[in-house]
Amino acid sequence: MYEIRIHSRGGQGGVTAAKLLALAAFRDGKYATACPFYGAERRGAPVVSFVRIDDEPIKIYSQIHEPDLVIVLDTSIMDVVDVLQGLKAGGTVLLNSAHPLPGCNGTCRNVDLTGIALGENLVVAGSPILNTPVLGALAKMSIVTLPSAEQAIREMFADERNVKAAEAAYEELKV
Amino acid sequence: MLTIATGNKAVATAVKAARPGVIAAYPITPQTEIVEQLAEYVSAGDLESRYIPVESEHSAMAACIGASAGGVRTFTATSSHGLLYMHEMVHWAAGARLPIVMANVNRALGPGWNTWAEHTDAFSQRDTGWLQVFVGTVQEAYDATLMAFKIAEDERVLLPVMVNLDGFALSHIMQSLETVEIGDFLPAYHLPHAIDTENPCVYGPMTGPADYFRFRWDIERSMRDARGVIADVEREFAERFGRSYGPTEDYRCEDADVVVIAMGTLGKEAEVAVDRLRDEGIKAGSMRLRWFRPFPDLDLAGREVVVIDRDYSFGFGGVVAHSIRSKTGIAPYSVIAGLGGQEVTYNDIADFVRNRHPGEETWFGVSDHV
Repeated sequence: MYEIRIHSRGGQGGVTAAKLLALAAFRDGKYATACPFYGAERRGAPVVSFVRIDDEPIKIYSQIHEPDLVIVLDTSIMDVVDVLQGLKAGGTVLLNSAHPLPGCNGTCRNVDLTGIALGENLVVAGSPILNTPVLGALAKMSIVTLPSAEQAIREMFADERNVKAAEAAYEELKV
Repeated sequence: MLTIATGNKAVATAVKAARPGVIAAYPITPQTEIVEQLAEYVSAGDLESRYIPVESEHSAMAACIGASAGGVRTFTATSSHGLLYMHEMVHWAAGARLPIVMANVNRALGPGWNTWAEHTDAFSQRDTGWLQVFVGTVQEAYDATLMAFKIAEDERVLLPVMVNLDGFALSHIMQSLETVEIGDFLPAYHLPHAIDTENPCVYGPMTGPADYFRFRWDIERSMRDARGVIADVEREFAERFGRSYGPTEDYRCEDADVVVIAMGTLGKEAEVAVDRLRDEGIKAGSMRLRWFRPFPDLDLAGREVVVIDRDYSFGFGGVVAHSIRSKTGIAPYSVIAGLGGQEVTYNDIADFVRNRHPGEETWFGVSDHV
């Protein structure tokens, strides 16, 4: 089982990113669950969502305490949340940032999702849309396939700019 | 069709397939997505139904009662305080022998204000005469909702059915869902005592001490008959659609020395705990209790039992633990865990089994027992 924890702020689309990722994995023929943790969150407050991907049906409903992959959609959260907590030895971190994580002793990836979203003019209510470009980055990391990522995005969003943003993230992320 | 959906969406999709003539509901977290989805189906013309946006849950059930007695299939959904608000009408629906189906998204009761999973809301309606089933997966939420209509409307039953799913833990989780073409699985709604508008007469008249108890006994007789009807419907569902259900879902129980009994999502996660315990050489099994009313006969002879109650009856104990004890004579290790969405992992469940003290009660996370 591959376990993913997504850190974001309320309103940034972390919950939708989890659903998109689970849908893409499902389109790859895997079993997947997306469990947003609904707290008393408000717009801008740190929130967390979970995705599990496996070849077998998934029976676990509790939160992910030892993720294989941590995704940070907003690095300013790292001042208040220990995003690396419980990360498995050899686990991976994906940051929405133009700069790599300083002092990362695991496998760290970074891609400027915000810049990509702004480049495609993917902005809703003043906030760049991060949950569709992040799918492209995850495809590059072979968490899901790119065709399934694009299919999942098209199933949930009619605006083709979301697919273009995912493709841009796929191109930009270095693995 | 194979897709991926939340528990709430699964319920709404099943209700759409069942084609109720009337849906009356009031939104409440974490159930709102069900009635929003149904309102969208009706508004888009995908579901031919009268959607009544009532001003309270009491009115929601009252509207369902009127419509059901008037001869149409009805559905509503609620949760927690909404369920308690309709309590009077919940009794009435069963007493009037109306096969209403209701989804209850299990949620804790305030104060303190809490929107997360707990089963106390459903158990507070335990003695109303409703059948109650608890589901553990998105697929089961869909399947149980479809079956609920058929069970409720069977003339041997004619009692309402409550389909329970854990708030957020199941209502908002996305899992795979296979929808079916129901064909003639659900026959046309037929209520033998439906109101005949061509022949107006008194409905629900005063019933004196010489007769009232007969109506109560008739509810119990139907509740007993419901066991067989449930088995028949679940068998037919398996034959038609390939998915089998029973009063419990048993996992590695055949040779188990110790059996974990839980409901809803904790009952599914218990299966993972069982695998871990088996790896350690502990012969554990899991028995996920699906039907709470009618309460099934359980064969637990010769086993130790650990019961996880996501509920509590103050001044008495865990409702499921005491039900098991009353039905089987076995004194289980009673663990109170998961109240108000308290995080309980498969590791915690395995610990409950490792550290079991049959006959005792413990509250998970509470260190100073009174």
